[in-house]
Amino acid sequence: MNYLDYSASTPVAPRVFEAMLPFLQESWGNPSSPYRFGNKARTAVERARKRIAGHLGCRPTELVFCSSGTEADNLALRGVAHALRSKGNHIVVSAIEHHAVLHTCKALEAEERQVTYVPVTADGVVDLDALGGSLRADTVLVSVMHANNETGVIQPVEEIAGLAHRRGVVFHTDAVQSAGKLAGMLAGLGADLVTVSAHKLYGPKGAAALYVRQGTSISPVTTGGAQELGLRAGTENVAAIVGFAEAVALAFEGVDAEGRRQAQLRNRLEQEVTAAIRAVRVNGARAQRLPNTSSLSFEAVDGESIVLGLDMQGICVSTGSACSTGEPEPSHVLRSMGLSREEAQGTIRVSLGHETREQDIDYTVRVLAETVARLRQISSVRGGVE
Amino acid sequence: MGNGDDKSSREPATLPGPVLFYNDVVIDHFMNPRNVGELPDAETDGFGLVGDASCGDQMKLWIAVRDERIARIVFKSFGCPGAIATSSMLTALPVNRTVDEARRITDDHVIEGLGGIPEKKRHCSLLGVRALQAAIGDWQKRPASP
Repeated sequence: MNYLDYSASTPVAPRVFEAMLPFLQESWGNPSSPYRFGNKARTAVERARKRIAGHLGCRPTELVFCSSGTEADNLALRGVAHALRSKGNHIVVSAIEHHAVLHTCKALEAEERQVTYVPVTADGVVDLDALGGSLRADTVLVSVMHANNETGVIQPVEEIAGLAHRRGVVFHTDAVQSAGKLAGMLAGLGADLVTVSAHKLYGPKGAAALYVRQGTSISPVTTGGAQELGLRAGTENVAAIVGFAEAVALAFEGVDAEGRRQAQLRNRLEQEVTAAIRAVRVNGARAQRLPNTSSLSFEAVDGESIVLGLDMQGICVSTGSACSTGEPEPSHVLRSMGLSREEAQGTIRVSLGHETREQDIDYTVRVLAETVARLRQISSVRGGVE
Repeated sequence: MGNGDDKSSREPATLPGPVLFYNDVVIDHFMNPRNVGELPDAETDGFGLVGDASCGDQMKLWIAVRDERIARIVFKSFGCPGAIATSSMLTALPVNRTVDEARRITDDHVIEGLGGIPEKKRHCSLLGVRALQAAIGDWQKRPASP
C-alpha cells in the first residue's frame, strides 16, 4: 500500500502504541474512582496533560481533553456562543473552515445566531480586510483555522487574533492540520481557543484537546460529571490521552527537519505532476502552505474517479477531504478560491507523512499520469486538454 | 488494499457511512468501460448529450440504427466512478435490440446489471438512460436514411 493521505489520519507511532498499552491492559481503572487503582489512571491523564501543555506552551489547566477535533470545535463554538449569549449573538468564521466548524455554525444559525462567512483570496488565504470589516458590536467569536485541510494553506491567525482582540472578541483556531507539522507553540498563535487532534500527528483516534486560555468565557456542551474542569463530562479515554501526549512529544522532536524533508518531496511531486500531465493546477501554490499537503486539479476528469483509479494500484489519496467523500457538492474550499465547479470536481489531495519516500512520489506520479490519461480518453469534456 | 483481496467490504450494494465502496462488477466497468468512443457524423443515426445538474457529471452517447435495431452504441463520460460504470453498463444493454426495446431500458436494469450501486450513486444510472433516450429521440427526428 502506498498511503498518501496523512491529512486524513496517521498510523499510531510504535512508541505511542507502547505508551498506551499499560492503560488498556493493567491500569485500566476509571480516573475518577476513589481508590489507588483509579488514581493510577488519574495520574496518567494529568501527566499527559502536563506533557502536552509543556510542548504547546500553555498551562495544564488550560487543556480540555475531548474525543475528536470535531468535538473540540463544537465545544469552542457552542461553548462560547452560549456563555456570551448576553453579550451578543454574532459569530465570524472563514468560508473554508472544516465541516466541524461550518456545520456547527449552520446549527447555531438555526438557534438564531448570526454567522458571517468571510471569503478567501484566489490563493486560499482569508481576506483580512473583509474579516476586520465583518466584526460588529455584538460579535462574540471569530473562528479561523490555522491551516486548511484541503489545500494546506496557512492562515494569518496571529493577525486575525489581533483584529479580534482589539474588539474584545474571543478567537478560536482549529489547528488540527498544523499541529505537529509546524514549529512554534500555541502561545504564538495568539488564540484564546485552539483545537488539536491526536490521530493527525501519529497518535490514536479518540483523543483531542481544546486549549482554553485562562479566563475565556465558555460553557460546557456535554454535561454530566465534573471531568475536564467541568467543560467536558465523561470518563477520560486514558490510553488514548497517554498516547496523545507521547505523539505530541514525538511531533516536536525534529519537526523542522521533517518539515523540510516533506516539503522537498511535495515540491518534487508537484514538479513531476505538472511536467507529466497537461492542464493541471496546484491550488494555493503561491501561498504559505503546510509542508505535506498538495491540492491538484485536473481538467476534464473527476476527482473521485482518480481516487478509485489510484486505489486500484494501491495508492491512497483523497478528494478534497475524507469527510466529504460521497457528497455531490464539490469542495466549498476550492469553490471559495474561485475554482469553477468542474475544476473543483477534478481535484485530489495528496498528503505526505513520516513514511513517504522519493520512490513513493515517483510511483504515484506515474500511476496518476496513466489514470488521468485514461479518464481523459473516456471524458466527454474536452476543455483545453486536447 | 483495494486489489480485490478485500471483497467482503465491497460486496454489499449499499453501505452505511459517508464513504462509498463499489462492488467488483462496478469497478470492472469503471476500469475497463465497454463501448467507449465516438461515432463520426456519417455513421451516427442518433446523438444524445445529457448533464446531471446535481453533480456536474456529463455524458455523450452515439447510436447507429439498422433495421430498427441498435447496431452500435458508444459513449464518453465525465464523472465519478458511478457515472462511468453505469454509462458502460447502459451501453452493453441495448446492442442488437430493437429501438422500442432499447427505449424501455430503465435505471433499474442498469443497476441490476451491475449487481447494485451505492444508494448515493443511484442518480448516476439515470445519466446513461437519459442519454440513450435523447439519442433515440434524435434518431426519430432525422429523415429516414436512404
